[in-house]
Amino acid sequence: MNRPCLIEATDIGVTFGTRQVLEHVSVKVHEGEVVTLIGPNGAGKTTLVRIMLGLVKPQRGRVQRRDGLRIGYMPQKLHIEPTLPITVRRFLELARHAGKTPIDEVLEEVRIAHLLDRQMRAISGGEMQRVLLARALTQSPQLLVLDEPAQGVDISGQAELYELINEIRTRHHCGVLMISHDLHLVMARTDEVICLNHHICCHGRPEQVSIDPSYLALFGRKEAESLAIYTHRHNHHHDLTGHVVESRHD
Amino acid sequence: MTDFILRALAAGLLIATISGLLGSFVVWRRMSYFGDTLAHSSLLGIALGILLDINLQLALIASALLFAGMLLLLQRNKSVATDTLLGILSHSTLAFGLLILALSDTVQVNLTGYLFGDLLTVSNTDILWILACSVLTSIVLLAFWNGFLAITVHEELARVEGVAVERLKALLVMLIALLIAVSMKIVGVLLITALLIIPPAAARKLAHTPEQMALGASVIGCVAVSAGLLMSWEWDTPAGPSVVVSACGVFLVLTLVQSLRGDEAQ
Repeated sequence: MNRPCLIEATDIGVTFGTRQVLEHVSVKVHEGEVVTLIGPNGAGKTTLVRIMLGLVKPQRGRVQRRDGLRIGYMPQKLHIEPTLPITVRRFLELARHAGKTPIDEVLEEVRIAHLLDRQMRAISGGEMQRVLLARALTQSPQLLVLDEPAQGVDISGQAELYELINEIRTRHHCGVLMISHDLHLVMARTDEVICLNHHICCHGRPEQVSIDPSYLALFGRKEAESLAIYTHRHNHHHDLTGHVVESRHD
Repeated sequence: MTDFILRALAAGLLIATISGLLGSFVVWRRMSYFGDTLAHSSLLGIALGILLDINLQLALIASALLFAGMLLLLQRNKSVATDTLLGILSHSTLAFGLLILALSDTVQVNLTGYLFGDLLTVSNTDILWILACSVLTSIVLLAFWNGFLAITVHEELARVEGVAVERLKALLVMLIALLIAVSMKIVGVLLITALLIIPPAAARKLAHTPEQMALGASVIGCVAVSAGLLMSWEWDTPAGPSVVVSACGVFLVLTLVQSLRGDEAQ
C-alpha cells in the first residue's frame, strides 16, 4: 500500500504482573485503510488499541504518529456516573475542539438529532454507540479507533452501524483501526486483518487470513468459512475511491 | 442583629457557594473520602503550625495543599488500593496531629473549635481569607469548567482528544484542598465534607445538566447556612452542626418531593 502511514506501533511488548499480554506486536494503519483486530477474549486487543491511543505506556516498543494526527476514539462502552446529569447535547459539546466541526453536521451524519435533549443515561445501547461515534467525529478525525463498535447493538442495528462507519470512512477518507467480533459484517470492508492472541498469529487480507492454519486453529473451520464466503461475495466493495475493483481471486 | 452574626452569614454564604460548585465534582468523581482525608490531615497542619509558630491559616493551607499533592502522587503508583491508602493517611495524620498538640503544652488550642467549627467567632481576617479563596476558585472554575467536566465524564476520551488530564485533576484537587483549609474554622474538621456532599446530592434530584446541579447545590448550601444560623440564633445550638442538619433536612425534603413526582429528573 503506497498511501502515507497514519500511525505505526513497532515491536510492542507489555506485561501485567507476570502475565505477558503483548509480545513483539507491530501494527500500521495507512490513510484510508481499514485494519481489523480479531482474536479471542483476553488476547490483548484492547490493550494494543489503548497503547496506540497513548492511554497505556508499553514496556517495549514504540508508537509513532503522523504529526498532528487527529484521532476519533469510540470506547467499548461508556459509563456515566448516575449522580451526573448530562444531556446528549452537553456530552457532545464537551469534546475538545468541538467548535471545528459543527455539531449539527455531525448529528446529521450519524442521524441522532432527535436524541439531543435526552439524558445520556436514558438512551439505548444502539443510540449510545451513535452518540459515541458522533463524539469521535467532532474531532474531524484522520484516524477512527473503534473498540467493538457494535457492542450492545441488536442484530439489525449492527449491519446499519457498520454501514454508517463505512460511509463515514469513505466521506472523510480516514483510516480505521477497529476491534470487532462481527467478522461476517466487517470483513468485506477490511483491508488488513490482524489475528491477535498475545502475539500476531497471522495477518493479511481477509481472504488470505481465512485459510491461514493459525487462524483456523484459533477460530475453527466454521467461522473461517463464513469469513471466506463473505469476503468473496463482497470483493468489489474494497476500493476506496468508489470504483468497483476486479475480484482478486480471478 | 449584631456584627458577629453578619460575619458568620457572610463567611457561611461564601463557603456554601463554592462548596456547591466544587462539591458537585467531589460527588461526580467519588472523592468524598478524599475530602475527609484532607480535612483530618489538616489537624496535623494546625499542630505543626503551632509547633513552628507560623500563621495558622497559612499553615492550614500549606499542609492541605501538601497532603493533596502527596495523595495525588501516591494514588498514581497504585501499590495500595486508594480507599485503604486514604484510610491509613486520614487516621494516622489525625492521630499525629492530636499527639503533637497534646505534647506541646506551651499553647492551649481550642480543639473542639477545630473539630466542630465555630461560625460565630469568625473574624474579619477570616472573611478576607474566605473571600480571596472564593474569588480565586471562581476564576479557575470559570476558566476550566469544560475541561474539568470533560475529564469527569470520561477521562480517556478527554485524554485522546488532547486534554491535559493530569494537570486538570491536580488543579481540581488543589482547589478542594484550599476550600477545606479555609473553611475548617466554620464547620470544623468532622463536618466539612458534609457541606461538600449533601447540597450537590440534594440538587441532583432536580437537575438535568451538570451546571444546574452545581448552581443548585450552591443555592441549597446557602439556604442551609441561613437556616442553620437562624437555628443557632434562636435556640443557641452550635452553628456548624446546625448548618449540616439543615442541609440534611433540605436533602430529605427534596428526596420526598422527587419520589412523589416520580423519577422525572432521572
